[in-house]
Amino acid sequence: MTDVVLDVEDLHTRFLTADGVVHAVNGVSFDLHAGEFLGVVGESGSGKSVTMMSLLKLIPMPPGEITAGEANFGDDNLIEMDHEALRDIRGGRIGFIFQDPMTSLNPVITVGKQITEALLEHTDMSKSAAKTRAADLLDLVGIPDAAQRLKNYPHEMSGGMRQRVMIAIALACSPEVIIADEPTTALDVTIQAQIIEQVRKLREELGTAVIWITHDLAVVAGLADRVLVMYGGRIVEEAKVDVLYSNPQHPYTRGLLGSLPRLDQKGHELTSIEGQPPNLLTKPVGCSFAPRCEFAIDKCRTEMPDYYELAIGHRVACHVNLDTGEPR
Amino acid sequence: MTAELTDATVENDADEREVIVRVRSLERHFPIRKGILKRQVGSVKAVDDISFDIYKGETLGLVGESGSGKTTTGRVILRLDDATGGDIEFEGVDLLGLDHKALRALRPKMQTIFQDPHASLNPRMTVASIVGEPLREHSKLRSAEQKARIDELLEIVGLAPDHANRYPHEFSGGQRQRIGIARAIALNPEFIVCDEPIAALDVSIQAQVVNLMEKLQKELGLTYLFISHDLSMVRHVADRVAVMYLGKIVELAGVDDLYDRPLHPYTKALQSAVPLPDPILENMRDRTILEGDIPSPSNPPSGCRFRTRCPIAQEQCKSEVPEFREMRSGQWVACHFAELDSQENAGG
Ligand SMILES: Nc1ncnc2c1ncn2[C@@H]1O[C@H](COP(=O)(O)OP(=O)(O)OP(=O)(O)O)[C@@H](O)[C@H]1O
Ligand SMILES: Nc1ncnc2c1ncn2[C@@H]1O[C@H](COP(=O)(O)OP(=O)(O)OP(=O)(O)O)[C@@H](O)[C@H]1O
Ligand code: SF4
Ligand SMILES: [Mg+2]
Ligand SMILES: [Mg+2]
Repeated sequence: MTDVVLDVEDLHTRFLTADGVVHAVNGVSFDLHAGEFLGVVGESGSGKSVTMMSLLKLIPMPPGEITAGEANFGDDNLIEMDHEALRDIRGGRIGFIFQDPMTSLNPVITVGKQITEALLEHTDMSKSAAKTRAADLLDLVGIPDAAQRLKNYPHEMSGGMRQRVMIAIALACSPEVIIADEPTTALDVTIQAQIIEQVRKLREELGTAVIWITHDLAVVAGLADRVLVMYGGRIVEEAKVDVLYSNPQHPYTRGLLGSLPRLDQKGHELTSIEGQPPNLLTKPVGCSFAPRCEFAIDKCRTEMPDYYELAIGHRVACHVNLDTGEPR
Repeated sequence: MTAELTDATVENDADEREVIVRVRSLERHFPIRKGILKRQVGSVKAVDDISFDIYKGETLGLVGESGSGKTTTGRVILRLDDATGGDIEFEGVDLLGLDHKALRALRPKMQTIFQDPHASLNPRMTVASIVGEPLREHSKLRSAEQKARIDELLEIVGLAPDHANRYPHEFSGGQRQRIGIARAIALNPEFIVCDEPIAALDVSIQAQVVNLMEKLQKELGLTYLFISHDLSMVRHVADRVAVMYLGKIVELAGVDDLYDRPLHPYTKALQSAVPLPDPILENMRDRTILEGDIPSPSNPPSGCRFRTRCPIAQEQCKSEVPEFREMRSGQWVACHFAELDSQENAGG
């Protein structure tokens, strides 16, 4: 087994809002190995972004509040670090890529300057070396005429180009970990395919560990080594990618896969998951999927399921053995 | 210019299916104006000479990337926007020639379901008044009858009668889409343009809404134009599919032909770009990755609009707009170099 670069234990994050307390992340634990590609899937509001942003204190605090948890990165616990030290890690040893590049790129600074600034802040490179490196980076992420493109402002580029620039910035300081939050969701499908292909190539070349957040189970199927499925602020299932898609053991994962139409198959009946996603304003008692779950037993409504290890690396938070319908 | 879909050919391959909407050489160009005088300096060719039929009772899928002209096509067909050229017939009536009054009389038959149920429902109206609005506008029902019809509609779309007095913000996205559907079917329409009806919904909710739409289609005999950029969902819901690129339809075919035997290089590339929720297949797939970006529709490439990204483009593609031709029965393609596989050629 390879080295663990990031080890998150029992993370809890909540938001104190006018409507009440939003229980956004309710005990998330996972680890990330060097060079590994970890997919994180889940629907809107399941806590994917808040989990990852909590690690680097990128959530607004207040109203946000990390009430428990550890995130061990090398010798440090990120949760206990001050903002100063975290700023050094952000963009240095951990790179972040967001869904909408327009909100994270500065509109009045050229992309070249934005890349060199990241380099100058986190490394002791000279200005001219940083400039050369910036052009190399654009080239690396597949932007033609890289040297010319450095002079562009973000609005002079297409959405796909801007997302490539974001990847270049995230890669700038050769990070150990890149966290990509829905990096292709806003893009057209042919442009998404370009970006994914680029990421595939880079992965082979660079060996950086990647956490890729998405609500599209198909996007990570061909990319990830391992996948976490989130629901109601918890990880409900974790498995190696081939196991998750061929042998899903949480009713939510199964439901999700069953509700997906397939490009490569004729119209089979879509099995919809009835009901609505959980209201995070009430602290979950029992399993938060229970109201929508066709397998639910009494225990599901009163006791939060712990993790059952089904095989090495395959764990599921569910009281019921789906194959027998019996309690675990 | 070249998209000749003559009525004779269409009637031949229609095998007597009834055409409900007939679109010929439809065009919607938006003027681009500049300066104080607002002089026109060019135009966005959002929809540029497209022709197709929609058969009664079918779902025609309309797919394409953003800016390809899907929404504009839907809006022009419903006369929510004005065509700048071409013809549209609805049940044999020349739609573009109708005056305001005649159009209003036809309105109940043609409805629409929008992408964003949040934006399309008035936040200050109760569910009952939203769903009842078309009844007040277009029906002669008395208020008790209207109320009964509203209850019935809510039940049809899977909402409870006591939802009637609540406001849209009290509902989830999927429920709001049900409200939009209830309103759309209130007047027993024939034809509904569904513009990205599930795009804003969570995956687990998308299936609920699509299943509901399919059920209603069966029970009420509805015809759908289903606009979507989700190719997998379109395969699931559509009977036939039209693929748009920069204002043009590049391919139109029955759903199985389009997905199992696509002929246009853009259709092929588009499908190849869609990831499959299956790691084994994903790792075995041969991918065609299109290079470059989608050109601007205000300055589309000459000849074939796809040529700047097309893997098989040649000189001819620069100078000549490809004809929209029927290469297999019911499968129309606009490409100079699209080819049937050799067996088909041999077999004629
Ligand atoms: N600043 C905030 N104030 C209050 N609540 C918040 C805030 N940020 C996030 N939340 C809530 O926390 C929960 C988890 O949100 P999060 O953004 O992590 O979801 P997500 O899984 O990333 O969803 P999406 O797919 O929509 O991005 C949601 O209910 C959200 O409304
Ligand atoms: N009212 C308008 N004035 C000027 N240009 C317009 C107008 N409406 C649409 N367009 C342009 O027409 C083209 C087609 O737009 P349309 O909205 O039909 O595309 P679409 O296929 O529905 O895209 P999407 O998938 O993003 O919804 C785009 O370039 C758009 O900017
Ligand atoms: S724990 Fe119970 S309710 Fe939750 S998913 Fe499993 S069976 Fe369903
Ligand atoms: Mg998010
Ligand atoms: Mg649109």
